[in-house]
Amino acid sequence: MSRYFTEDHEWVDVDGDIGTVGISEYAQSQLGDIVFVDVPEEGKELTKGDEAAVVESVKAASDVYSPVSGTVIEGNPALADTPGLVNEEPESDGWFFKLTLSDPDELSGLMDEIAYAAFVEKL
Amino acid sequence: MSINASGWRPEAPISGGKASPTTTGNKALMLEEALIFEIGDTTTTGVDLVEPVAATSRLGDLARTASIGLPGLSEPETVRHYTRLSRQNYGIDLGFFPLGSCTMKHNPRLNEKMARLPGFADIHPLAPVQTVQGALEVIQQLAHWLVTLTGMDSVAMSPKAGAHGELCGVLAIRAALEARGEGHRKIILVPESAHGTNPATAAFAGYSVEDIPATADGRVDTEKLIARLGPDVAGVMITNPNTCGLFERDMRVISDAVHAAGGLVYCDGANFNAIVGRVRPGDLGIDAMHINLHKTFSTPHGGGGPGSGPVVFSKALSPFAPLPFVEKTDDGFHLVEEETAGEHHAGAFGRMVAFHGQMGMFTRALTYILSHGADGLRQVSEDAVLNANYILRSLDTTLDAPFGGSGPCMHEALFSDENLADGFSTIDVAKGLIDEGFHPMTMYFPLVVHGAMLIEPTETESKAALDQFIVALRSVAERAKAGDVSLKSAPHFAPRSRLDETLAARKPILVWKDPGLAQAAE
Repeated sequence: MSRYFTEDHEWVDVDGDIGTVGISEYAQSQLGDIVFVDVPEEGKELTKGDEAAVVESVKAASDVYSPVSGTVIEGNPALADTPGLVNEEPESDGWFFKLTLSDPDELSGLMDEIAYAAFVEKL
Repeated sequence: MSINASGWRPEAPISGGKASPTTTGNKALMLEEALIFEIGDTTTTGVDLVEPVAATSRLGDLARTASIGLPGLSEPETVRHYTRLSRQNYGIDLGFFPLGSCTMKHNPRLNEKMARLPGFADIHPLAPVQTVQGALEVIQQLAHWLVTLTGMDSVAMSPKAGAHGELCGVLAIRAALEARGEGHRKIILVPESAHGTNPATAAFAGYSVEDIPATADGRVDTEKLIARLGPDVAGVMITNPNTCGLFERDMRVISDAVHAAGGLVYCDGANFNAIVGRVRPGDLGIDAMHINLHKTFSTPHGGGGPGSGPVVFSKALSPFAPLPFVEKTDDGFHLVEEETAGEHHAGAFGRMVAFHGQMGMFTRALTYILSHGADGLRQVSEDAVLNANYILRSLDTTLDAPFGGSGPCMHEALFSDENLADGFSTIDVAKGLIDEGFHPMTMYFPLVVHGAMLIEPTETESKAALDQFIVALRSVAERAKAGDVSLKSAPHFAPRSRLDETLAARKPILVWKDPGLAQAAE
């Protein structure tokens, strides 16, 4: 399984043709305490770059963009009651949604962990 | 009974971390206030109603038998409750109120006097037009001055404030595009320096929103915007002056390019207060713009009912403006409604509200315009800009001013939290300001700046008042730069210190529940 990052601080783990999407540790630290997360519903068709989810912190509401194209399999049900998971475990239990990738070639346009770390370093 | 028995308030330390020495929890004559449900009891009533004799209920089984749980208070208890709450409020009549982007403007008392004249205050929207000619004249005159000041062609007076006005403008753009068979244009471009309501409005009107980045100097990236124009773009929504407090100098170039590409230009005119008498948006090629009467023309925020956000239109969009509007003919003032518009205004996209707009706000705004005159309105803008620049230049060596090098600011000064000590952010500065007796500035907006502090002093503050604020903010900022930990627990002198904003947002308690009933249900 490999993990990819976008410049908008989303990550996607890819296992076969299934991708799991969330936001990075850096993103959660910038947002502050997260109070509400709106995840996409099963069956929603997403094109790479589409607004897929909304994350609301005490500071601001932000869109989460889909790092790849595909069809949503499920949103993380735990985030409805415990949005704080995104603060605590942004890159594991705080995942946002899973989707079936329609175009795995899109992954080549994303950053790997090392490239993303270097990207964040410059911000 | 004890105060605040339901325990609904967040657990917050008493100021200074010391327990209150009084039995009641009150501190001198600033009283702790219970919820209205916790005052009195259900057997008390403030009115003496006669039992109706002749009426027989036809509700049958539907009649309510249980108590509906309304609070029972006598009249003086009710008056005291709301008066005490009002003392805990903070408003522009109490002191400096530097909320950037909100324009907490002084509300001249002459406006209030005029708005309370019975001929304006006591009329009904369904009164025959022959009986309310004076009120219609006020609407028509205000419309005339708004069109004149903006250099536009017409105005819709009915929208009820900023975002409603934006929707009105975008719906007119949609109607115009559909009328020329270009309803397929589905994209609206919104720069990062625009107000947050702009993308929401475009999406609500059925458009897809695309962001246009800001340049390093805090203005819209004109090249990128022009490069994105094309046959799928319906228009752009630009806030000017923008939300970084800067004037978008390329506005005319942008408008021309948008028009050449077949699109239309919406301008968020919420910040028109910085340029009245200096710039006419009509000269910048704008097709529609809303004006917040509470920001530019000194009507109160939310005073006496809904606000008012008239929308001015270019010649191209005027045929699509919503109904109703007031028209003057030889025999007086008339309301142009659906029944009377006919061929004369057949393109109207519909209407925004049931009646004609917010009469109280119209009277206040017209009073402001007429009492200031052309020279006065121009001076208002100039003084607002001067005051903001005085704050910007007095503090740009203390705080980081990300766009300090982009020339003068408009009506608001923008700082970031970049040079505060590690672990300190804008919130700590804001809380420290409360201890110093100042309402904080707007925080963490606009989003393009890290830890934004947006300060809008408005034109009516004296130099002495600005100097006091500058001294206070400089002192708090220096503490934040030095890493003074006492700032992390400020405010120390407010009745409550740091409330748990996260818990309040995650688990808000929105409805009072009778503690007895709640216990019984468990």
